[in-house]
Amino acid sequence: MQDLSFITGWIDSFLSTTCGLAPWLTITIECVLIGLGLLLMYALLALFYIYFERKVCAAFQCRLGPDRVGPKGLLQSFADMFKMLIKEIIPLNRVDKFLFGLAPFLVILASMLSFAVLPWGNGLQVIDFNIGIFFLLATSSIGVLGILLAGWSSNNKYTLIGALRSGAQMVSYEISISLCVITMVCLAGTMSVSEIVAQQANGWFIFKGHIPAIIAFLVYIVAGTAETNRGPFDLPEAESELTAGYHTEYSGMHFGFFYLAEYLNLFIIGGVAALLFFGGWMPLHIAGWDGFNTVMDYIPSIVWFLAKAVAITFIMIWFKWTFPRLRIDQLLSFEWKYLMPLCLVNLVLMVIVITTGFHF
Amino acid sequence: MITLSISNGVLAITAAVTGIALVALALWLAGLLSPRSYNVQKGEPYECGIPTRGESMAQFKIGYYLYAILFLMFDVECVFLFPWAVNMRALGGQGVLCIAVFFSILVLGLVYAWRKGALQWK
Repeated sequence: MQDLSFITGWIDSFLSTTCGLAPWLTITIECVLIGLGLLLMYALLALFYIYFERKVCAAFQCRLGPDRVGPKGLLQSFADMFKMLIKEIIPLNRVDKFLFGLAPFLVILASMLSFAVLPWGNGLQVIDFNIGIFFLLATSSIGVLGILLAGWSSNNKYTLIGALRSGAQMVSYEISISLCVITMVCLAGTMSVSEIVAQQANGWFIFKGHIPAIIAFLVYIVAGTAETNRGPFDLPEAESELTAGYHTEYSGMHFGFFYLAEYLNLFIIGGVAALLFFGGWMPLHIAGWDGFNTVMDYIPSIVWFLAKAVAITFIMIWFKWTFPRLRIDQLLSFEWKYLMPLCLVNLVLMVIVITTGFHF
Repeated sequence: MITLSISNGVLAITAAVTGIALVALALWLAGLLSPRSYNVQKGEPYECGIPTRGESMAQFKIGYYLYAILFLMFDVECVFLFPWAVNMRALGGQGVLCIAVFFSILVLGLVYAWRKGALQWK
């Protein structure tokens, strides 16, 4: 597998040796470059997902989807972004101005921090804490605060209901996500993202952990859909009853941030599922098939990671356009009476599987 | 694998600053590009057309807070389970036994909440 960290190494040696810059200046420039890289990936993925979701939705409904702006409508999401930028941000009379302005910052901050922890490829990882996956769970839950603040500070009945529904839903399903992650951490024996990936070199966790890992994956993907307020769980922004839920009062680019964060959270859920169950950037290897394994190794690691994440998010978009919306009581009892007990049982099952050495 | 000599804390701050810069820059750009007009009606809450009655920052259904309390209980449990999950193999049977006690107390908590009807949406 090609190590892509030669790019960062080359930039580092270019700055410090060839240009002869002081260490602090090198680090500053590198941090700026990392920030720009993150920003670029963030924007590109958001644009890609806006287009992808619309095309997939169109395909499920036997329509063509966007096809006028650019070839096959590829420039549609760029057009959407520019439209959002030139829309007026309406000054509102009755909102709590400070909290109203703070909410988009929190929502974007949460998704950007969790975005930076993902393993993009061999040697392409921004933050690599030894508690990586825990840090990811912690940062992604900041988003709930942003949504609650947005709904509360708007001083609107719809946003208040939307925000409280969203808060109840996101905190409830977060427990299922945490328990699924714990199940996989049990198998991996580490919380560091890079080590979790490295352990899957000889087989992805979904194959290694078999039954408990498969259950954890299924629960994770359902809870992840709920966590991003999408699909059959999109009660917080149920448009037929709550206008647009917690971001009803936001206009122009202010609204754009919630839109952006929603798609990025979708990608992050897909990315974490790829990391925990499908080996992160590790290529598919089948024991004994040496020719096949060599060919798979030639595919760059970043392509593997993005392909896995997009495939998983495709399933989540599929949910959205297939299932009808749940009611709030069904939604909460589904989590507390079915998913969470299942997660707890699954954790015990995983412990049994590990202690008896039944895993591969 | 080449790793740069930047600590993870600095990188986390970089990511946070990037996020804040994204919002701030986009808002600044939108402020430059977007038109502006003033109208008293425009600033009113977007509800149903007739003037809003009363404040919306009011007390709300208790059911949601009950779930928040339950969440607090189980999320703290998850935080306690993480260190054990990492060292599960090293701690062995004794660790599993200890965590089983902790776990069963927690399951009892869930059963209690269930029997009390806290999970019932009223």
